[in-house]
Amino acid sequence: MERVQTEPVAIPKPAARTSQVLLVTDRDKTVGTITVPDPVFKCRDVNVHYGDKHAIKNVSIEIARNQVLAMIGPSGCGKSTFLRCLNRMNDTIPSAVVTGSITLDDQDIHDKRQDVVQLRARVGMVFQKPNPFPKSIYENVAYGPRIHGLAGDRVELDEIVHTSLQRAGLWEEVKDRLNQPGTSLSGGQQQRLCIARTIAVNPEVILMDEPCSALDPIATARIEDLMEELRQSYAICIVTHSMQQAARVSQRTAYFHLGDLIEVGETDRIFTNPRHKLTEDYITGRFG
Amino acid sequence: MTPLALLVTLLGLSTVAFWIGKSHSLATVGGKSGVRSLHSLPGHYGLLAAAWCALPALVVIGLWLAFQDAILVKLVTAHLPESVRALSPAQFSLVLNDVRNVVAGNVPASSVDANSAAAAAEYLHLRSISRVALTALALSIGVLAIIFVRRRIVPEMRARNQVERIVEWLLLGCSTFAIFTTIGIVASVLFEALRFFAQVSPWEFLTGTVWSPQTAIRADQVGSSGAFGAVPLFAGTLLISAIAMVVAVPTGLFAAVYLAEYAHPKFRTWTKPFLEILAGVPTVVYGFFAALTVGPALRGWGEGMGLSVASESALAAGLVMGIMIIPFVSSLADDMITAVPQSLRDGAYALGATKSETIRQVVFRAALPGIVGGVLLAVSRAIGETMIVVMAAGLAANLTANPLEAVTTVTVQIVTLLVGDQEFDSPKTLAAFALGLVLFVATLALNVLALHIVRKYREQYE
Ligand SMILES: Nc1ncnc2c1ncn2[C@@H]1O[C@H](COP(=O)(O)OP(=O)(O)OP(=O)(O)O)[C@@H](O)[C@H]1O
Ligand SMILES: [Mg+2]
Repeated sequence: MERVQTEPVAIPKPAARTSQVLLVTDRDKTVGTITVPDPVFKCRDVNVHYGDKHAIKNVSIEIARNQVLAMIGPSGCGKSTFLRCLNRMNDTIPSAVVTGSITLDDQDIHDKRQDVVQLRARVGMVFQKPNPFPKSIYENVAYGPRIHGLAGDRVELDEIVHTSLQRAGLWEEVKDRLNQPGTSLSGGQQQRLCIARTIAVNPEVILMDEPCSALDPIATARIEDLMEELRQSYAICIVTHSMQQAARVSQRTAYFHLGDLIEVGETDRIFTNPRHKLTEDYITGRFG
Repeated sequence: MTPLALLVTLLGLSTVAFWIGKSHSLATVGGKSGVRSLHSLPGHYGLLAAAWCALPALVVIGLWLAFQDAILVKLVTAHLPESVRALSPAQFSLVLNDVRNVVAGNVPASSVDANSAAAAAEYLHLRSISRVALTALALSIGVLAIIFVRRRIVPEMRARNQVERIVEWLLLGCSTFAIFTTIGIVASVLFEALRFFAQVSPWEFLTGTVWSPQTAIRADQVGSSGAFGAVPLFAGTLLISAIAMVVAVPTGLFAAVYLAEYAHPKFRTWTKPFLEILAGVPTVVYGFFAALTVGPALRGWGEGMGLSVASESALAAGLVMGIMIIPFVSSLADDMITAVPQSLRDGAYALGATKSETIRQVVFRAALPGIVGGVLLAVSRAIGETMIVVMAAGLAANLTANPLEAVTTVTVQIVTLLVGDQEFDSPKTLAAFALGLVLFVATLALNVLALHIVRKYREQYE
């Protein structure tokens, strides 16, 4: 059979690019600085296998306090999988095996002494699909504080529910119907209810997996405002398929590709001056 | 031809029709190469021809056979001598019985009187004529139908759509049949029950506290007044069902929770069949387990503790019935628990809930409506259960809440009322139908409620 050897096609560079440095194409090493001055999470050489499937390959990254980290990448590249490593949600998947070191405030989260229940109370998670409990709106938000005994009495609990709903931007819409089932809300309201539920536990880190994928622009804008507000007190990790959203809400961006962490850095820098060819292809829409 | 042979012939004929339809449709477009200009596949034309051949003929056969006997009897009796026809209806039906017995070959013609023997011979003669006529008619309908359809097959004919419609009618026919059978059963119970209520007032039946259905056969018999207060039966049924549910609901639910949430998948695949075996044990086996093992054991323990336990007790029957219902509850609850989306569990875990908190407060809560539905189905099962209580609960219609005494249930009384030789118009026998009606209404209500709840629950997640 005849093989035709073609020359690599020259790809026009984004307008913002000024340097003429050749783009990196090596996939084994992460481009950019993975360290941050004030890390909450430090991940080193994290690997995740689902049975034979190697879903996360040698990922090292740090997550900073009071910042939003956006995780972007094509579908199936392992964003959700990596996010689920941070609060050990992968423990609930029998076939998943996580190796490598992940520390939260310099404590190994896979340590035998680490109480996984406590870990999840400190690292809250908002899922891609809203999943309110089959309970009233009030009980949905009160659930976390109840199981962790965060409120001394009913008045305190009411206060927690109130402020959580308020911060999630849902209070005005539900204040007269707190006893109705959480499932009776619209999709966007449910998503905000789930966010309220998560912040009611006062976590130190919030993981959000495509929290806006099913929302209209208004609700999305609300949640983005909320993230900006929450960032003042928490560290936030958000998975998103919207480049604009990543650019709007995040301070740092990580680009994943087929289980590899390809590039990580300041969001402004990633979007104006990507150093890896795959990152550039993805953010300029040339991927796939 | 006998009807059976006729049906087989018809089947053969419609097979022929299938091939004729198929090959003719191909012929109209000039062989296999022209298949694409046919509206439908050749097989559809074949099916259509087969249906046309068989269905009208089948209808004719069905109607013919349905009326054949009545018409033949009419003809035969018309030829009986005046003296026989003048007999009273009761005696006349005896004569007819003789005739039928001879026709069916149950008794030799020599053993009945001459009139009947002659009538039987005539019946057989007429019947053979009728069969020949039917065979001729049915087969010619079939053949004519084939010819008719063969003419109509043209490439544009929408055979596929027509076959579709025939299938739809067949399905409709079957479901109608099922519905009418149910209606028939209910109606027969209802009519007999109404006859009972003509003799015993419904009020007395539903509120009376004395059940002693022995009515006097002769006026001079003593001690058999007949009292039809069914409250003791209802109470007994409720008592035993309650005991059964106390056993089955917690055990079944916890087993389901363990299997669905905690058990290793391997353990689960091994255990589930065992539970299903438990569900497959015939109730009569449970019955003698209750009567021969559990009952005496309970009495023994009772004696040891200074309690008097009847050897047939509500407790023994209820316990064993509970065991019988465990797999029923657990497999339904297991389905409901596994149907709870994983995302709800994840939601709770992500808030820092422990496994048991998640299961109790979220999973169980979500599955609750379905579980309640399942439990209601189990209750209706317990109320309708017969064999165990017949064997283990006794016959004494005591009105008591003490599980250590013998009680009786609605189903047990139905059995005892109808077992043996009975007059079919005494209140004693008819009472069984009234009880059956009550049972039917109660279980129907429970089932409707349960299905309603289960359906509502399903909608929540779909
Ligand atoms: N429970 C699982 N069992 C086996 N393989 C899995 C499982 N979950 C995810 N994977 C595989 O791991 C890889 C990464 O999946 P992941 O859900 O993390 O992708 P993602 O980046 O979140 O994609 P998306 O943007 O579509 O949500 C995929 O190839 C997927 O097929
Ligand atoms: Mg994902």
